Amino acid sequence: MDYIPLDFPFLAAALLVGISFYIIIFKKNLTKLIMGVAMLASGVNLFLVALGYRAGANAPIYTDVPEGPMVMSIPQALTLTSIVINVAVLALMLTMVIHIYRHTGTLDSEKSRKMKG
Amino acid sequence: MLSKIVRTAANQLIVFIAVFGLYVIAHGHITPGGGFQGGAIIVSGVVMLLVAFSSHEIKKGLRERVLSVVESSGALVFIILAFAGIGTVFFYNLLLGTPLFGGIPATGPGPGNIWTGGIIPLMNFAVGLKVIAGLSAVVLALALFSSGEEVEE
Amino acid sequence: MADLMTHGAILIIAIPLLAAFLTPLVGMASQKARNILVVVSLLFVVVLVFALARDISINGIHVYTLGATAPEVTTPGNFIVPVRIILEVDGMSMLMAMLWSIVSLAAAIFSFSHIANETGQNRFYTLLLLMVTGGFGMMFTGDLFNLFVFLEIASISGAALIAYRTKFADTQEGGFKYIVVSAIASLMVLFAIGLLYAQYNLLNIGALAEVIQYTTVDKIALALLLIAFTIKAGMVPLHLWFPDAYSVAPASITGMLVITSHACMYAAFRVCFSLYGNMLDAPVVGWILIVFGLLSMFVGVTMAIFQKDVMRFMSYHAISQLGYMWVGVGVGLAVLGNAELLATYGRDAMSGGIFHILNHAMYKPLLFFTGGALFHMTGTRDLSKMGGLAHKMKWTAILYIIGTLSISGIPPLNGFSSKILIYESVYQFNAILTITGIVVSILTLASFTKAFHSAFMGAELPEYGKVTEVPKSMIIGMAILAAGIVFITLFPSLVVDRAIQPAADALINQGAYIDAITGAIP
Repeated sequence: MDYIPLDFPFLAAALLVGISFYIIIFKKNLTKLIMGVAMLASGVNLFLVALGYRAGANAPIYTDVPEGPMVMSIPQALTLTSIVINVAVLALMLTMVIHIYRHTGTLDSEKSRKMKG
Repeated sequence: MLSKIVRTAANQLIVFIAVFGLYVIAHGHITPGGGFQGGAIIVSGVVMLLVAFSSHEIKKGLRERVLSVVESSGALVFIILAFAGIGTVFFYNLLLGTPLFGGIPATGPGPGNIWTGGIIPLMNFAVGLKVIAGLSAVVLALALFSSGEEVEE
Repeated sequence: MADLMTHGAILIIAIPLLAAFLTPLVGMASQKARNILVVVSLLFVVVLVFALARDISINGIHVYTLGATAPEVTTPGNFIVPVRIILEVDGMSMLMAMLWSIVSLAAAIFSFSHIANETGQNRFYTLLLLMVTGGFGMMFTGDLFNLFVFLEIASISGAALIAYRTKFADTQEGGFKYIVVSAIASLMVLFAIGLLYAQYNLLNIGALAEVIQYTTVDKIALALLLIAFTIKAGMVPLHLWFPDAYSVAPASITGMLVITSHACMYAAFRVCFSLYGNMLDAPVVGWILIVFGLLSMFVGVTMAIFQKDVMRFMSYHAISQLGYMWVGVGVGLAVLGNAELLATYGRDAMSGGIFHILNHAMYKPLLFFTGGALFHMTGTRDLSKMGGLAHKMKWTAILYIIGTLSISGIPPLNGFSSKILIYESVYQFNAILTITGIVVSILTLASFTKAFHSAFMGAELPEYGKVTEVPKSMIIGMAILAAGIVFITLFPSLVVDRAIQPAADALINQGAYIDAITGAIP
């Protein structure tokens, strides 16, 4: 893996975060908003896993591992917790959008607003 | 409800998916995996069944009261295991050194021994049970919503 | 008893969690047993919190390591840095815990009658207890990632509770806005934690505070953390979700959500004072907090004047009162580097801000509960449709008057004590802040009087002929908070000396915070 520069995962994470902020701010469809939040979560998870990588190290498992240094394992634990939490958040968001659709009949965030001022 | 071929294939595949999921839950302390990951694998098998059979059929098999009881008991086993060590400190691993799951893992490379880890494998099972019941309920409720059924409480 | 106190911190977090998991099973058997379980566990937590507060004021900071061989072993045998999840409880955490335990008990008792006709009540009480756990976890933890996890627990259960009444459309919209904003704020916190971990390989707040410097990456992490926590605490200009979410929730939940905003404000103070301490550019960060606090005070009260929905009106006032706390503690932060100014007025400004947190936590949920009582009896939140309710709802009217006098800072009630402390100390920093504060107080009093007139005064309307006083459990819930207000009114100097000054000192004294973690090597 010497021909991919080591910065590449960080650039990908920054791209994901940037695109997701664009979606959340500028798109009106509620389903697209949910996808934007999911993409933001993926970007942050990718950033967390990428920062633990050490060049030329092995996976942090005890069983039958070759000699040498290991990749940092704490960011992997943080990422796992974050994935679990985001599953719950996404499930909740989807349920609420279903209820909004049932009550107002549209998924456009401008037309389904009831509260102003 | 999809065609007969899909239904038969789903019936056969769910066995393999369930076994693989239980393997990932059980070996959570020596290989990558654990409670949530194994539970999510089994729930993906349940989603496959939901797509192959319609959600009305699955609803007859997975009743909501049963799922709620299984979910709560999984969570209760977890928190009671955490409380069990309160003589020393909360969450203390009191099964280390005892014959049940209590071996000390050999540090350094070598084959992993499943009878190590203290209360961690038991907590993995509890979390896995809770995740299976909880996520199945979520997935079932979403499928029933979208097929126009009345709101489930 | 001493044994209970060593495990006190984790028991306060774990007992609501255990009760939350027991609630569905017990609720399937009988409803009364579930209500009794909820009240008993919250009462036990109140007793534990006050006992632990007394223990900490005598013995200093408590440190608790989960899963070690003894509670204070933060750095076992051959490790150089602290490992495992560590809870660190000092004066400021105990103050927040005291008000959270009282408000959650009052909210649970209020909910018994308020949601008595809804379906799915088991889920309501489970989520309420989970929210209590999340709040206590945020206040007690000494670890940045643990802060993130408990913040998410509190946010997810709060959002599910806002959207509890699924037959209305606006509850779903408010809940959706709340969960999207919470998810974005929490992901920003996680990003900042990743940045700090990449630099220093540490997650523990005490251990990080020892080695942190103020490089560019640390500045980015500080900016992300402060933006995320101020979004969740409703600071202008990031407050647009706040009234929408807080006005549609069941009234007991809105009371608890206000305290969750306070807990996010507490997390922001932890980051500024205990994590960065003297490393950050204190005047700049302090002035940013002061300017946005002033903006919150002003925008909150001016937007509140022409609201018709009673809960929305009160949430805008909550934004404005939160501004007072930002100004008070912001002045303390701005003079953090200057020991002489800190002793003259900085510490008093911080005490004023923290005292205002305590007072606000007493009168704001009370006001929300009276709004909920009005909704329960009349079925509408619109002030222009209500009228003449004081004839039938006497207790609600009296409690509303107590809340109004508190929030406007009328002597001798508790709002006055904290506001005068803020005004006197902040005046020495910059006179404009005090003048704005006084103007905002006058506008607050004016808007609340108008709302009282339109809801309670006047002739009885024919469509409210059947209205009676609200059920007893709602009165008891409101009376608990009113009792807290009366206690602080009668003994302000006792409260300030025993609870508020130690909290302000605990925030300023970063050295003691670090020593509690790293000094405990066996």
